[in-house]
Amino acid sequence: MNSNLRGDVREAAAASNHETLSQLRAEGYNMLIDMTCVDYLTHGKPRRFDVIYRLMRLDPATGMDLGRVELHCAVDAEPAVLRSAKDLWPAADWLEREIWDMFGVKFADRPGIKRLLMYEEFAGHALQKDYPMGKRQPLIGPKSGEKAGSPSFNILKPTITGE
Amino acid sequence: MPLETETVPSGVMTTQLDSALGWARKYSIFQYPFVTACCGMEFMSVAASHYDLDRFGAGFPRFSPRQADVLMVVGTISHKIAPVLRRIYDQMAEPKWVVAFGVCTCTGGFYNDYSTVQGIDTIIPVDLYIPGCPPRPETVIQGLTMLQEKIQKTGGRPR
Repeated sequence: MNSNLRGDVREAAAASNHETLSQLRAEGYNMLIDMTCVDYLTHGKPRRFDVIYRLMRLDPATGMDLGRVELHCAVDAEPAVLRSAKDLWPAADWLEREIWDMFGVKFADRPGIKRLLMYEEFAGHALQKDYPMGKRQPLIGPKSGEKAGSPSFNILKPTITGE
Repeated sequence: MPLETETVPSGVMTTQLDSALGWARKYSIFQYPFVTACCGMEFMSVAASHYDLDRFGAGFPRFSPRQADVLMVVGTISHKIAPVLRRIYDQMAEPKWVVAFGVCTCTGGFYNDYSTVQGIDTIIPVDLYIPGCPPRPETVIQGLTMLQEKIQKTGGRPR
């Protein structure tokens, strides 16, 4: 059993992510633990995003963790160079949708990818570092946040503060 | 002979219709629990036997908005689900009341971000705000009795 939760950190060129991943899968990394993304906007790196695959070798007989590995792929939002990993691990399907939804990183063989968490009307990608922190895009209701003609409860029953 | 039997024939109750309706309505609250987040756990505990919301006549959840009197909005409301909440509210028959349960429904709570509605009173009218993260069952029961007072006073007239 490996006590190192993170495992080896490896880098791979974004264009060859699928080859590297299938190689790792062949080595016995049969479980996709997580797939996530980091936006290095202010770090001045040559590629803005890191897409990170976290893999684990799970022993199906004992359920033990036999070791982990982390694969980093540096990409830009455009053009889409990463290939989808959902044929290797079906779990990658929703994780890729989440990465597209939150960071705007697309996958070359998923041109019509759908958002996972936000609604289709949402413009932009909320976890990008340059998404304005105060920007709100409500589907219904006022953008400025005024009340919807709420009948005041306080007319009938004063609050504890006596307002 | 007691005074009331002399002045009023038997079988007559001296009251107003509104008052009688309010009395009937406040003790037979059919609630629609719109539960989206962790406040739901607290709502379950207040509805279950330890605190027993049924003692106050509000123990009967209806999972159809057509049959419900009180819309209990329990938990964080995101912009994605806001149109659904509005539609549930529109489907309820008058008279109807709305309870904002927990600080997320009151103001958005600490979720001042891209995805959370900053208070459900920006999308539907709210009658009662129960603050807390989550509110204690005692707070909910106090809130419910305040709502009952409101129902009694208004007699359930449409707003």
